Amino acid sequence: MRVRFDIKRYDPEKDEAPYFQNYEVELGETDRVLDGLNEIRWRQDGTLTFRRSCEHGICGSDAMRINGRNRLACKTLIREVGRRVRIEPLLGFPVVRDLVVDQQRFFQDYRSVLPFLVNDDPPPPRERLQSPEARRRFDDTTKCILCAACTTACPSAWGNDSFLGPAAIVQAHRFIFDTRDHATVERLARLAGRCGVWACRTAYNCTMACPREIQVTRAIAEVKRAALLGGP
Amino acid sequence: MSTRVELHRLDAVVVGGGGAGLAAAVYLARQPGIRTGVISKLYPTRSHTGTAQGGVGAALGNCDPEGDSWEWHMFDTVKGSDYLADQDAVEILCREAIEVVYELEHMGLPFSRTVDGRIAQRRFGGHALNFGEKPSRRACYAADRTGHMILQTLYQQCIRQNVEFYDEYQVVDLLVEENCCKGVVAIEIATGVLHVFQAKAVLFATGGWGRMFEITSNAVTLTGDAPALVWRRGLPLEDMEFFQIHPTGIYKLGILITEGVRGEGGVLRNSEGERFMEVYAPTMKDLASRDVVSRAIYLEVKQGRGIGGKAYVNLDATHLGRELIEEKLPDVADFCRTYIGIDPAIDPMPVQPTAHYAMGGLPTDPDGRLLADADGSIVDGLYAAGECACVSVHGANRLGTNSLLDLLVFGRRAGLHMGVFAAGSDYAALPDDPTGPAIEALERIRNGKGDRAVVIRDEMQAAMTEHVSVFREEPGLAEAVAKIEELRQRFRGVKIDDTSEKFNLDLVEAFELGCLLDCAYATATAARNRTESRGAHYREDFQGRNDQEWLKHTFQKLREGDKVEFSYRQATITRFEPKERVY
Repeated sequence: MRVRFDIKRYDPEKDEAPYFQNYEVELGETDRVLDGLNEIRWRQDGTLTFRRSCEHGICGSDAMRINGRNRLACKTLIREVGRRVRIEPLLGFPVVRDLVVDQQRFFQDYRSVLPFLVNDDPPPPRERLQSPEARRRFDDTTKCILCAACTTACPSAWGNDSFLGPAAIVQAHRFIFDTRDHATVERLARLAGRCGVWACRTAYNCTMACPREIQVTRAIAEVKRAALLGGP
Repeated sequence: MSTRVELHRLDAVVVGGGGAGLAAAVYLARQPGIRTGVISKLYPTRSHTGTAQGGVGAALGNCDPEGDSWEWHMFDTVKGSDYLADQDAVEILCREAIEVVYELEHMGLPFSRTVDGRIAQRRFGGHALNFGEKPSRRACYAADRTGHMILQTLYQQCIRQNVEFYDEYQVVDLLVEENCCKGVVAIEIATGVLHVFQAKAVLFATGGWGRMFEITSNAVTLTGDAPALVWRRGLPLEDMEFFQIHPTGIYKLGILITEGVRGEGGVLRNSEGERFMEVYAPTMKDLASRDVVSRAIYLEVKQGRGIGGKAYVNLDATHLGRELIEEKLPDVADFCRTYIGIDPAIDPMPVQPTAHYAMGGLPTDPDGRLLADADGSIVDGLYAAGECACVSVHGANRLGTNSLLDLLVFGRRAGLHMGVFAAGSDYAALPDDPTGPAIEALERIRNGKGDRAVVIRDEMQAAMTEHVSVFREEPGLAEAVAKIEELRQRFRGVKIDDTSEKFNLDLVEAFELGCLLDCAYATATAARNRTESRGAHYREDFQGRNDQEWLKHTFQKLREGDKVEFSYRQATITRFEPKERVY
């Protein structure tokens, strides 16, 4: 079927302001929105630019606004969006060009929560033991692919530049609830302030936006509780 | 284009931010005084290691009452390789496997766990107990996102150790003179500015080149950049004829369905509902090695037993139960729901073989040092690890779980060696005009008046898929070589639309196509040259394995006028003499 793409274009070197450009592509119901973008770029207009890589929802490159919702273009099929698709870059970050946004701040916030296991005890000769139940406690947040769909869907993040945002909190959760980690106090100190979990207003946009179906709002609530109790 | 060039000086430069590159960076960063930079064309967590699903192989023996041994793992790897792997390197791989997996756990990798809290392990193709007796549980896994967790864990450790990252930089040239590496040239994608990275040691870890085929599990960015750049500098590639076609990609899409599905008990069925692998591999059945299973699927389809007469078979996991699937294979279930609208707990999955992994690549010794020729001369300061390298531990066919293992073991070894090398060396003087050749190559693309890149790419993929895939023979291979030669000529005039400096994906993709064409050319010429069948390389006109003449690695160099020059290096045999391969 013919699918019409309305794509928000912007090249800060050439354009005074962003504008929408329309393209028509022949696609099947089970094609991905990314297939449509590729067709446009390969065969109609090579100046259109965006990020993409694995094309099946794991690398996290192609988060964008598709018909007003944050989604991965490679994980959204044409049958879900119909014959008219509106594509815009993620909100809240400066646009580099077209659908490519500058994610520097996103990754700075990610780095600020100590996103790594801290355990300086001498390691045992084999693995550290962890029960399946203890492992399950943080299973959900290990799925995060850092695509930024949650953080750029969050009204608190739109209105508050200093808020770390849901993705960084998800990353912190993954370590706070890992029995092998020893940096809970330091990590919670970074998350307990006004830039951390308390800036969250429980809008649930993050959970709705997550292409990995992580219960983001729940993870944030768990970190809030840990912040109050001083530990997991 | 921008005439600005920025110069960097680093002790060690790692090109590629996937598993191999980050493993090397972690161990480089642990060595005091070694300034390390990672150059990656993607943000590192977007790398393709993240899509590996099933597990990483190590003989921990956590899940089989018989225990496990690295020697059994070594035997399986050598047998899987169809005896072409270098056994000294395989021994290192399987011995060090145990240590690197424990180290990853200590770094924080969230492995799935056994009831007693140990790292959980599952069955995988070609891995057996006691020298091939029965399937073993050797694949250490984190649900079906083992690669994702490895990539995340290594990246996290790099952050902790303050590794410098140059994200979204496309490498465009290698600076090497008289077997001495001097650095690399890269384009900063966001700005279009060229950067020269002068370095004492450079590691290439750019992954595979599955995009030379139509149906592939590989990301669109897997274009063989490092092998192409090195080959253009007159250095050799090794064993390029061996390309793994994985048995189970989602029909038409090629998205990988992990072998772990069969490891957990899933079976392949043809249109008659028969479990056909019982015929082709009586002992290992669905867990035979990948080359064997992919050929079996092709033969079933060829004999009219594809599902509904089409070119696919079913992977049946319906008897495993929803609980097991949701717990151990959640991403596979998600792919099935998202892309084909089925529930693997209820419906079988439609699968077809999909181009997956390059066994060949840049020849290295077990410390990752690049070989300059088949005699084993070393290129000073140049290293490779991971899929783009050929140590060779996979020989003619790689076992599942050994790619993650390869990138960990040899990424680590390369990182450690580079640190010592860099500490004891000075910077070599850069060539007079370090960016000259890169600028010329990029300008040619910017000014091209010929075909669009997509036209050339489509023709290349069609030729490779038709003639250089699971079954090969002389007339087809000759046709493929001629076609790729023609496409390489046409590529010299490739045309792009985009003239911008900023985030010019059109330019980057055209450059990548040039790299793919080099890899396709090397693959097709090497496949035509090897007149025997071994592992993933199956010649219908030379059906048997011929150890007398071909128990050796192919080395090929690119000479003037697109001529390919072959030489050979004997496979290293230490413990296991070649014998017939039966699963």
